[in-house]
Amino acid sequence: MKKLGGVRLSHHKGTQDFKTVRLPLPKTVVIPMVMNMGAPCTPFVKPGDSVLVGQKIGDTDAFMSVPVHSSVSGTVKAVSDIKLANGRSCKAVTIETDGNQTVSEEVKPPVVNSKEDFVSAVKQCGLTGLGGAGFPTHIKLCPKTPVDTLVINGAECEPYITSDYREMMECPDDIIEGIRLILKWLNIPKAYIGIENNKPEAIKLLTEKVEKYPEISVYTLPSTYPQGAEKVMIYNVLGRIVGEGQLPSDQGVIVSNISTAAEIHRYIKTGMPLTERRVTVDGDIVSKPCNVIVPVGTSVREVLDFAGCDTERLKKLILGGPMMGMCGFDLEAPLGKSSNAVLAFEKISEPKETNCIRCGRCIKACPLKLMPTELEKAYHARDIKALQKLKVNLCMNCGCCTYVCPASRKLAEINQLAKALLPRT
Amino acid sequence: MNNLTVSPSPHVKGSMSTQRIMLCVLVSLLPAVIASCIIFGLRALLLILLCMAASACFEGVTRIIMKREQTITDLSAAVTGLLLALNLPVTIPFWQAIIGCFIAIVIVKQLFGGLGQNFANPAIVGRIVLMLSFTTNMTTWAIPFNWNVNENMPAGATGSIEIAGNTVFTGPTPLVTETASYKDLFLGNVGGCIGETCALALLIGGIYLIIRGIISPVTPVAFIGTVALLNLIAGNDVLYQLLSGGLILGAFFMATDYVTTPVTSLGKLIFGIGCGVITFLIRQFGSYPEGVSFSILLMNIVTPYIDAFTMTKPLGAKKIKKEAE
Repeated sequence: MKKLGGVRLSHHKGTQDFKTVRLPLPKTVVIPMVMNMGAPCTPFVKPGDSVLVGQKIGDTDAFMSVPVHSSVSGTVKAVSDIKLANGRSCKAVTIETDGNQTVSEEVKPPVVNSKEDFVSAVKQCGLTGLGGAGFPTHIKLCPKTPVDTLVINGAECEPYITSDYREMMECPDDIIEGIRLILKWLNIPKAYIGIENNKPEAIKLLTEKVEKYPEISVYTLPSTYPQGAEKVMIYNVLGRIVGEGQLPSDQGVIVSNISTAAEIHRYIKTGMPLTERRVTVDGDIVSKPCNVIVPVGTSVREVLDFAGCDTERLKKLILGGPMMGMCGFDLEAPLGKSSNAVLAFEKISEPKETNCIRCGRCIKACPLKLMPTELEKAYHARDIKALQKLKVNLCMNCGCCTYVCPASRKLAEINQLAKALLPRT
Repeated sequence: MNNLTVSPSPHVKGSMSTQRIMLCVLVSLLPAVIASCIIFGLRALLLILLCMAASACFEGVTRIIMKREQTITDLSAAVTGLLLALNLPVTIPFWQAIIGCFIAIVIVKQLFGGLGQNFANPAIVGRIVLMLSFTTNMTTWAIPFNWNVNENMPAGATGSIEIAGNTVFTGPTPLVTETASYKDLFLGNVGGCIGETCALALLIGGIYLIIRGIISPVTPVAFIGTVALLNLIAGNDVLYQLLSGGLILGAFFMATDYVTTPVTSLGKLIFGIGCGVITFLIRQFGSYPEGVSFSILLMNIVTPYIDAFTMTKPLGAKKIKKEAE
């Protein structure tokens, strides 16, 4: 099996040994109606309504979406438009907390007797992939083709982020039970938990935990970025290639983030939907880097203040990892379901772009064996045919090419711009 | 409220830069520079410094005239100057060396758009132009270790020239005599361009570049391997052919130039084999004793075609159906 490209990054996992702490309840939360890929939800509540923890406050009929629940108990102050980090705007519900965190009566364990019940329960949990991309989980659980393997993604290949690692160290039983639920209801015979070898403690712990379940094994991955990319993980764990235009299920695989699996178990057991999540807070001006449990809708500022970040010095705010995360532009922006990290930096380097020297490092680094240097030329020439031939549509924006480029060319960025030139199919 | 920087991912950057790569190449050539000074004396060092300075000047002045951003600090001009100097005989008049630098930097590199845009290796073209223009000067090889001005003609010398009032004895390249010992060839105790004679120093530098990940071992291995194989078939003294002339210098330092050679490993393999074949053909059948620089130039020219032929196959990519015309 040929090795895929990728890059070795400094891990910066300074928060990995800190036990997760809980954020003091914020005074207000702003809960966006879009926190996942897919359709936006319509808010049910209006200003003045009181809401409870776990109460559904927004939903949609669209299949490619999940409902939104209140993460706090309190009073709705406003339903307004906000701008998200990706530049889009959506409706959001502002709730003033009452401090009691009274749990809604809606919160009760779902009755699951069939695959349909299970999938619907996962949807009602409001669950989206907790790894960062925010793909609605229930859709993954409805493959159109037979699936023989579940791959649980515990790679956490981005620098700084340790929220999945803390999940593995603190809630290994939830993870295992979540995996068993998926295996049971989807009738999948085998599960692999893929973990990068820079997390030996997690590998050891989970290997012990899965000993009594022969259908689950832990698979050690090399710690080269991007192990956690779906296609890369499937290739490295199973040797299967997810082809162009295919879903993992076309190769008989479902990939799920490890914290997502644990969340499935917690919901089935307690009925408490996804209203809070673990967020890694780190960066060069964060004096108390930590992993913190944050109610959905908490502002970035709240989390940074808690971690002792001097926001006056803040120059760059990254939501997610440094390789694929998005820049935040507003400290009041709320954290959603897929926010796995908040990174605050004062020192930022913006190296000057120089001529391509055709060193080929980008080609070697690309895990999908694309040719970023050629793609860049084709993009500047607006050569659509060449872009198609070079398969720019396969680029997953992992950023390896930009990372390794000695001429500091913005190759990954160009690829995303180039994709926009392709005719819609 | 302070302004936040918003930029597309990735937000971290590896430490490798063009300047660092060039610096690594300069460092890797240090053993060859030292060897050239020991073997050919102070004039070799002067020649090297002159070529590096002239190249940097030409680069700087051209960029100013063309109203482009200054690029001296990327050190690529220094590398070109150094490589060109190593490809010259110690006895070459300085003004001719400067012409070589002009050809390399201004004509071959800057007129095509600067670093990354040139289609041929500047140092190679500089050397070839000098070779064709000043053939006698470019094929007059000083006898090693005679820079202390020997009174008596050393063994192997066939002539002498006057340089700055000193007599320098000269002789033919080992590619012509075919009488040098392996040890002399390996350590550089033979006539030749100042940087090409000491195989040991070049190998140290080449291996350093491979270990640092600056060059791929594919090109030099394919190049040298092909020359070895063809000489074996032709019944020549393989080791002698490998150690003499500019093969090792060319294979490790000139045929691995990023800009003018293919980007993929398969492309580099084809490039190396092509260089090897042409070098062998010129040495075996051509009227020139040496063919390394011509082979690299010729392969530079076909590089775009090799690149087009050796594109990578992206993971899981579907074949594009040919449109019905």
